[in-house]
Amino acid sequence: MQWGSLTEFWAMGGYGLYVWTSFGATALCMMWEVLAVWRRHASASAESRDVA
Amino acid sequence: MGINWFKYSSPQAFHPLAGKMIPWFSAAALALLGVGLYIGFFVAPTDFQQGDAYRIIFVHVPAAWMSMFLYVIMAAWAGIGLGLQARPSFMMAQAIAPTGALFTFLALLTGAMWGKPTWGAWWVWDARLTSELILLFQYLGIILLRAAIEDLRRADRASAVLALVGVVNVPIIYFSVRWWNTLHQGASVSMTASPKMAATMVTAMLVMTLGFWMYSFAVTLARVRCVIVERERQPSWGKNASIHEVAEAR
Repeated sequence: MQWGSLTEFWAMGGYGLYVWTSFGATALCMMWEVLAVWRRHASASAESRDVA
Repeated sequence: MGINWFKYSSPQAFHPLAGKMIPWFSAAALALLGVGLYIGFFVAPTDFQQGDAYRIIFVHVPAAWMSMFLYVIMAAWAGIGLGLQARPSFMMAQAIAPTGALFTFLALLTGAMWGKPTWGAWWVWDARLTSELILLFQYLGIILLRAAIEDLRRADRASAVLALVGVVNVPIIYFSVRWWNTLHQGASVSMTASPKMAATMVTAMLVMTLGFWMYSFAVTLARVRCVIVERERQPSWGKNASIHEVAEAR
């Protein structure tokens, strides 16, 4: 492991902004997609029960 | 054979089966992404040329690969749907498109995050970047075309044709770094040449890619379940038994 401290880890050798924006955006997009699909299924199921 | 695979080609039967598969793919995705991130941040060394900015490739390359893989799979389902007039195939194609679009967007965004510190530019109009941007527009076009057509059969067929025609862009993206003199670096992993990266870097990238695959399976199966339930309400479903009736009969 190459990180001496947590501060060093966050800094990513000066590229922290770019690295963490990339990983953060990817994580947020995936979580958003999972939530969106989950909600879509919940509302579709609820409506289909109303019809039936 | 003990399993009647034909049974699962009906959407009503596939809905509960997909429901059972989702937790397994989700667990595999979480485990693989956890291991991939660990190797990527704590095992893989700092690159001697690009410093720690190179670690962006652990999300960038898997996202870019998935954007192309998912397009080919979507187009294949679309083709099967057109050839066999099979409704479930169109549903699979419909379920894959948003996830493909998301990975294409992420490939472009993380590429910009890598380009700025490495090239000094967020974006350049080079062959690799431009063809990937076109892929994003293709995904959005397929999604919008489907949404614009009210008749489900016509929407299925029209978006399937558009997906099939657009598949020509995938080899263009892949080979762009060879065909044109681009700013984008060459292929990270090659079947013929020995790897240009440290083994731990390649491992992290491949584990992350497997994690993205598992995520894609889970989320598209979850979306195809939405599509099945939504379409059940459509008049074109006719007098078929509803999912809830099938579920109650079990």
